Amino acid sequence: MLAQQLVNGIISGATYALFALGFTLMFGVLNVVNLTYGVYFSTGALIALYATRHFVAPILIALPLAAIATGLIAVVIDGLLLTPLRRKKAPELASLMVTLGATLLLYSLMTAFIGTDIQRFPPAAIDPSAIEIGTVRVSRSQMLIVGTAFVMVVLLLALMRGTRLGLAIRALAENPDVARLMGVDVTLVTFFVSFVSGTLGAAAGILIGLNYNAIQPYMGEAMMLKGFAVIIIGGLGDIRGALIAGLILGLLEGLTAGYVTSTLKDAVGFLLLVLTLWFRPVGLFGRAAIKRA
Amino acid sequence: MYEFLDDFLFSYQSLIYALGINGLLALSMYVVLAIGQLSLGQAAFMGLGAYTSALLTLKLGAPFPLVLLASMAVPAVAALIIGAPTLRLSGVYLALATIGLGEVLRIAFVNSELTGGALGLSGIPEKAGYTLIFSCLALALIAFVLVSRSRIGRAMEAMREDEIAAGMLGVHLPRYRLSALVVSAMLAGLAGALNAHVSSFISPNDYGFDAAVTILSYALLGGIGSPFGPVVGAIILTLLPEVLRPLHDFRLVFNGLIIVIAVLFMPHGLAPWRIRRTGARA
Amino acid sequence: MNGAILALENLTVRFGGLAAVDGVSFHVEPQTVHGLIGPNGAGKTTAFNLISGLGHQNDGHILFNGETIDDWPSWERAQRGLARTFQNIRTFGEMTVMENVLAGMHAHVGGGLGATLLRLPSFRAAESAAIGKARDILGFVGLADASARRAGNLPYGDQRRLEIARALASDPKLMLVDEPAAGMNPSETASLIDLLLRLKARGVTLLLVEHDMHFIMNLCDHITVLNFGRKIAEGTPVEVRSDPSVIEAYLGTKVAERLEAGARVR
Repeated sequence: MLAQQLVNGIISGATYALFALGFTLMFGVLNVVNLTYGVYFSTGALIALYATRHFVAPILIALPLAAIATGLIAVVIDGLLLTPLRRKKAPELASLMVTLGATLLLYSLMTAFIGTDIQRFPPAAIDPSAIEIGTVRVSRSQMLIVGTAFVMVVLLLALMRGTRLGLAIRALAENPDVARLMGVDVTLVTFFVSFVSGTLGAAAGILIGLNYNAIQPYMGEAMMLKGFAVIIIGGLGDIRGALIAGLILGLLEGLTAGYVTSTLKDAVGFLLLVLTLWFRPVGLFGRAAIKRA
Repeated sequence: MYEFLDDFLFSYQSLIYALGINGLLALSMYVVLAIGQLSLGQAAFMGLGAYTSALLTLKLGAPFPLVLLASMAVPAVAALIIGAPTLRLSGVYLALATIGLGEVLRIAFVNSELTGGALGLSGIPEKAGYTLIFSCLALALIAFVLVSRSRIGRAMEAMREDEIAAGMLGVHLPRYRLSALVVSAMLAGLAGALNAHVSSFISPNDYGFDAAVTILSYALLGGIGSPFGPVVGAIILTLLPEVLRPLHDFRLVFNGLIIVIAVLFMPHGLAPWRIRRTGARA
Repeated sequence: MNGAILALENLTVRFGGLAAVDGVSFHVEPQTVHGLIGPNGAGKTTAFNLISGLGHQNDGHILFNGETIDDWPSWERAQRGLARTFQNIRTFGEMTVMENVLAGMHAHVGGGLGATLLRLPSFRAAESAAIGKARDILGFVGLADASARRAGNLPYGDQRRLEIARALASDPKLMLVDEPAAGMNPSETASLIDLLLRLKARGVTLLLVEHDMHFIMNLCDHITVLNFGRKIAEGTPVEVRSDPSVIEAYLGTKVAERLEAGARVR
């Protein structure tokens, strides 16, 4: 029993990490808390759903398709909402507010056209096979989640540390003006980062949608709280932090559900968030986000 | 003549109540925006106030004045708990923490038997009315005007303009931040209690993300140059869906759009007016 | 050393591997104008930030009127008499000129929440007194006619005056003035020098960062020179201008050598 709970915990933890990666990337590099991120989560799942349902696309094609489509949507949103603010050098809270408004707008639109009913992937899309090790059962889709999370983290770290593009991204994160002077095409890199964030959020949405097979427009919003918890605990902008904090959260939730009560499971994240704020605001790996106010 | 007025008031009763309640909520958003911070906890604080008051009335039959006080005290405590650690951090942390609070409370309300779960609480006796709601709103407005035209109001605007420069003039930044958050919580809690006691029925859905962002739209539409701005914004956004039927179904879409447009194109909101900050003839 | 209004002891702050301020020590005597100069990047504004409470040093101490203020937040330093203007002018643009100056008096105007809400006589008296004092200060800096104007609409030179007026309103014992002459033409600079001298006559000690050498040499009683975060020279204007290490820092080694070899310093 415990072993299964732990494994489930790792799996949900990997999900949170995957979700938080894109979010923390946007904050760390573009210095913006993009609250439409939850929308990408929902959008990815919904696009994948419609792809499998109406175009009978196999999941292996629907997944990357939906991720890329969402990435493009993310770029458009960034261009429409965030770039003007960046140009005006608006305060951080402005980007928070505008993405908040956009989130409400987009969720309401989605709900208006799709409805709030929970929808499911067509049975053909889901691979029910699972492997069993002792008393622990892990399904194929669950393994896909964990695998994807780790692969994405490794790829991202490799990108950031090992490529010229990664260098450009890090330069942009440090100081956009200087980066521009050094020849970095800030607009292109910004859009690339938005694109990657969108695809990461969508990927998380699709994988979780597959795993729980319950898709509705507001699913992204419920994830956002976990996302906040993970990025604050892990440290705003830190990739390793997102992974480790995600796993910790998943494990703690699993243990809470197993040993305390499952209704409190969702409160664990918030509790950890408040504790982090009280005792170690920068998070596990955060750079000094504290300002001496 | 009086019959007509009576009929009119009866049919539009909940709308008129909403004007007052939303006005109070808009003010609760205003006080935080006025110092340059962003808190999205108003809906959560409102929910805390609503449930606290409803439970005290339904389960304990507590006297109404006490109920109102409690409905302000409980959110104030919540504000202290999540606000205090963020005082020396960048404003982003407060924003995220308050969004998180809303979500967590929603989960708590839905999952708790005490609060009636997903169905909420019903049968709340009608203990508030026009007089009470609009007196509270009027008092709050007056208080804000009096405070705006004083040293405190100047410090608040200074913080909003340039926090570092304000600190350099002796403004105790953490204290102002915490006070604004607590006042915001108390106002929202009061609004929640009043609303509960005119609507007879409350449910967790009323206090979620949609509500929080809607409250923000009131303040951004009206402008935060003066306490009247957000109240005007609340009035407009409460009346508009009633007057324009198509808007009614897309109310939330509209509110979200308002925020986007306000931030991108109208940072001062609809109203260019700005309250003066001197308490005597200058 | 005793009686110094401000003393830096071995102040050091590092960003990453670089020491922006490296073991700097100097002190400022009361009622003087003390200059802090050095080439760009020498650490002057960083030092200012540390003194005014923005940022945290890695090593060393800051003493204000004999008290160690290392852990004091900026508002506490302001309340005790330390004021500061900023390199890029930071007036409160939306507020009027009068309100800006009144905001400067925040630490000294009476009126708690109760008195404010009830509009007690004590509140009204405090506000009127503050407004009167603000008028005096505006007159002192030459902005009396502009008191009702929106601060953001003032011309650049007047905004600088307003910032100084606002800092003066906080009744400081020490004022840190960061590149006040930046972006000013000669006549504006001249009237600024006049204003700062009048400030000094009023009893305010000034610690001044400036690049305009004419400004510095005319105003300062004493100068500290920084380069690469370290103090390289100190003394009266006459002493400093002919100090070889200062010349080298500003003009480079070649010029310094040529000058030593006999060319004149103008």
